[in-house]
Amino acid sequence: MTTPLLETRDLNVRFGGVHATRDVNFTLAEAELRCVIGPNGAGKSTFFKLLTGQVHPTSGQILFRGKDIAGMQPHEPARLGIGIKTQVPSLFNGLSVWENVWLAARRINTPTQTERITREVLERVGMSAYREALVGLLAHGQRQWVELAVVIAADPPLILLDEPAAGMSDAEVARTAELILEINRRHALVVVEHDMSFIRKIAKTVTVLHQGAVIREGTPERIMSDPLVQQIYLGKKPH
Amino acid sequence: MDLAVIVLIQVLYAIASLVVVSAGLAVVFGMMKVINLAHGEFMMLGAYAAIESVRVGINLWVAMLIVAPLSVAAIGVLLERVFIRRLYGRMIDTMLATWGLSLLLIGIVTSVMGNTTAGISAPLGNFTVGAYSVSSYTLVIIVIAIVLAVALRWVLLHTSLGLIARGTMQNPQMADALGINPSLVYSATFALGAGLSGLAGALLAPMTGVVPTMGGAFVAKAFITVIGGGPAIVAGLISSSALFGAISQVATFAMTPVFGEVALLAGAIVMLRLLPQGITGRFFKGAL
Amino acid sequence: MSTPLPEQRTSIPVPGALERFAHSWKSAALTLVIGILLLAGLPYALDDFALVQATVYAVMALLAVSLGFVWGFGGILCFGQSAFFGLGAYTYAIAVTNLGDSTVPLLLSIVLPAAFAAVLGYLIFYGRLSDVYMGVITLTVTLILFNVVNSTAGPEWKIGHAPLGGFNGIPNIAPLNMPGNVDDVIGPRGMFELTVGALLVVYLLLRALLAVKLGRVIVACKENEQRVALLGYDSRAYKLFAFVLAAGIAGLAGCLFANWGAFTSPTIFGLAQSAQIIIWVIVGGLGTLVGPIVGSIAIQWLTTQIGTQQAINSNLVLGAILVVFVLMVPKGIVPSVGQLGVRLLKALRRGGRGSLAASNETAVQRAHSAAPAAEPGASRSAPDSSRKEAA
Repeated sequence: MTTPLLETRDLNVRFGGVHATRDVNFTLAEAELRCVIGPNGAGKSTFFKLLTGQVHPTSGQILFRGKDIAGMQPHEPARLGIGIKTQVPSLFNGLSVWENVWLAARRINTPTQTERITREVLERVGMSAYREALVGLLAHGQRQWVELAVVIAADPPLILLDEPAAGMSDAEVARTAELILEINRRHALVVVEHDMSFIRKIAKTVTVLHQGAVIREGTPERIMSDPLVQQIYLGKKPH
Repeated sequence: MDLAVIVLIQVLYAIASLVVVSAGLAVVFGMMKVINLAHGEFMMLGAYAAIESVRVGINLWVAMLIVAPLSVAAIGVLLERVFIRRLYGRMIDTMLATWGLSLLLIGIVTSVMGNTTAGISAPLGNFTVGAYSVSSYTLVIIVIAIVLAVALRWVLLHTSLGLIARGTMQNPQMADALGINPSLVYSATFALGAGLSGLAGALLAPMTGVVPTMGGAFVAKAFITVIGGGPAIVAGLISSSALFGAISQVATFAMTPVFGEVALLAGAIVMLRLLPQGITGRFFKGAL
Repeated sequence: MSTPLPEQRTSIPVPGALERFAHSWKSAALTLVIGILLLAGLPYALDDFALVQATVYAVMALLAVSLGFVWGFGGILCFGQSAFFGLGAYTYAIAVTNLGDSTVPLLLSIVLPAAFAAVLGYLIFYGRLSDVYMGVITLTVTLILFNVVNSTAGPEWKIGHAPLGGFNGIPNIAPLNMPGNVDDVIGPRGMFELTVGALLVVYLLLRALLAVKLGRVIVACKENEQRVALLGYDSRAYKLFAFVLAAGIAGLAGCLFANWGAFTSPTIFGLAQSAQIIIWVIVGGLGTLVGPIVGSIAIQWLTTQIGTQQAINSNLVLGAILVVFVLMVPKGIVPSVGQLGVRLLKALRRGGRGSLAASNETAVQRAHSAAPAAEPGASRSAPDSSRKEAA
């Protein structure tokens, strides 16, 4: 049996009185694409922060390719191969699109390789025309794509996307879905999203979080017809 | 035994002076998050107000406890309206602008009052404990510090003014929606802080010389005390003053006053490394 | 996939011409050329007295550049840059008194402040303390140094053969000599050339640094420390590097200052000196390297002028300048003058062309300058990171 790419064991985090992550056991294989859903406050972003080292767990393990990364400094999981597009795009607003992606690629590539990779990645996400643009002045959807470019530039085996389609028009959402599927050819992805039609386009397996704990895991159809899931979304009809 | 009493008094005095010196900044920085680097100069203005009032015949106590705080509070209102309010939220800019203000105030006072040290002698003389003699005024400062802390806490916690101020600082839009004018609250709070600084300057005038540049000696200590205290205004002020006052005084006894200063400053660095949120960021949580 | 969607083909917000110029090698080349011309030409144009004056301007410019770099590009507001300046001066003075030949003292005056900064920086950056604390602690440190050195007046206070002198300072500091020959001592003209040369070398070094990965990550730390970590860079190490480098440069300036005046005293550690450096950078332009140079020269010149007359107090003028600049000219002289110049050029050109594209670009630039967070290196406010906290 091959080592899973990512495995959390009894992962818990508490902030004061809030039990934000409860006994989460989560497993992800190499190049798997998983969607994580849950109502607001379910602990999705906290889960991501645990994986990237921004938050340290109260107990439990996070195994990335077998190595426990719980409690590491925030730059270490990234070095091991975890990239994240945060819920609110976290970019270098005062720098250009090119410089943003360049910085991401440069850590593991020589200057010449970095130039090439930056160019290629920008083409993949369709932002080549914007290479000189200041990121801080771009529209929200464009910033999401720039961040996607930034994340894939370092070629991490595991990519976390926190609401990649938020605030996008239908055309932009469709393109984002295409991009994600294309990225999934060589990278594992965990995608947090709310839009069920988007999820159905990309996911084979969905994990449902509620109040910090995993309550269901399965195909999108199974999840959406599950009474418990429907209940926690309080009558939200999946479309 | 007598020595123990003297040492205790000196330590209490060191703590009390820190409380008095930092109270104004605790209000302005602790509540409004305004980094007022002209705090020392507010103290200086209070000291000069006291001295000048005494010179024209006003009773020393009235000068120190009433004239000084009120006049500096008035100056504070003026400054807040004219330019502090343009900088809310811009922490670094406030730091720099108030630093400029401090230079400006030093310059103005130097031009008007000259460079020489003025002074008032400490009132109430000395009292003796066994073979040692101690200035009675130190006891006055200790008492005033206690009264100040208690009064401040009472105002903030038990009066509607205090509640309004705390509420507005936390959520000005909400206060606005409730019919409270945030800008009035800001002016009043800044005035309170300024007045407390003026009071401190006046109270310390008999102990240190009064010169336009006197503020510089206090500003760093006041900031260290306030930041070291943490989010709770009064509890932080007291705990931090107690810690740093004790360290500084003990170090002074052990070696020299210079060593005492250095020990306080070094102690601050260590403490902030261990407790980056200040004392009440970790202990006494939930206190005011 | 590589063409933008139709609704996006409106104007792409690019930085203006001034920004592009400032970040390209062309601005470095221009500054270098001007610098070399001054280096070569001024000794012929100025008499000895003016040359000596120009030398101290250059020393202070070097000090200003050190803060301009660590603050404007690293986002680290060090309130006590004077600590490293003073350590450099004192280290040189003490070392040269003990060792005779000035080569090692010169090196020590760079290394010792840098080492000190390494320890201090480690405490601050690896403790992930916020910017407010950085300000308080660096201010505190320089005050500690002031207090300690100021009280060392007695003859028992000495390092090797060199008495510290306390509030009297250390007089008669031996000047720099050709390495190996203690008697071949530097003169006023040599001092000028050395100082301006050092300034130019440091300027080039910093520009080069900012063009490669190391410098770019440092700037990125200022922009968004969280994202820097998420890209796998240890931001603490990069900030520490910037801090230590700036301290070394300030230390070098201190050594040159001690040479210039053959004297150093504890006031070099004081609040006033710290304030001066910050004022120079703000007035000159935070976010540029040329700005602090211009600012320091302008303010020093102004201070000298005020000092020679008794009518207005210098604190008053400096304070007023700082207040006015913070409130009204937040970018400082160099960027503001630069922008005025660009707008002038555009107005002249538009007078002849009247094109829509030109006014579009100006609209974007105006939006750009109205959003200070978007300006590379020009944002004075604390970096936009999750580390920021109001105590």
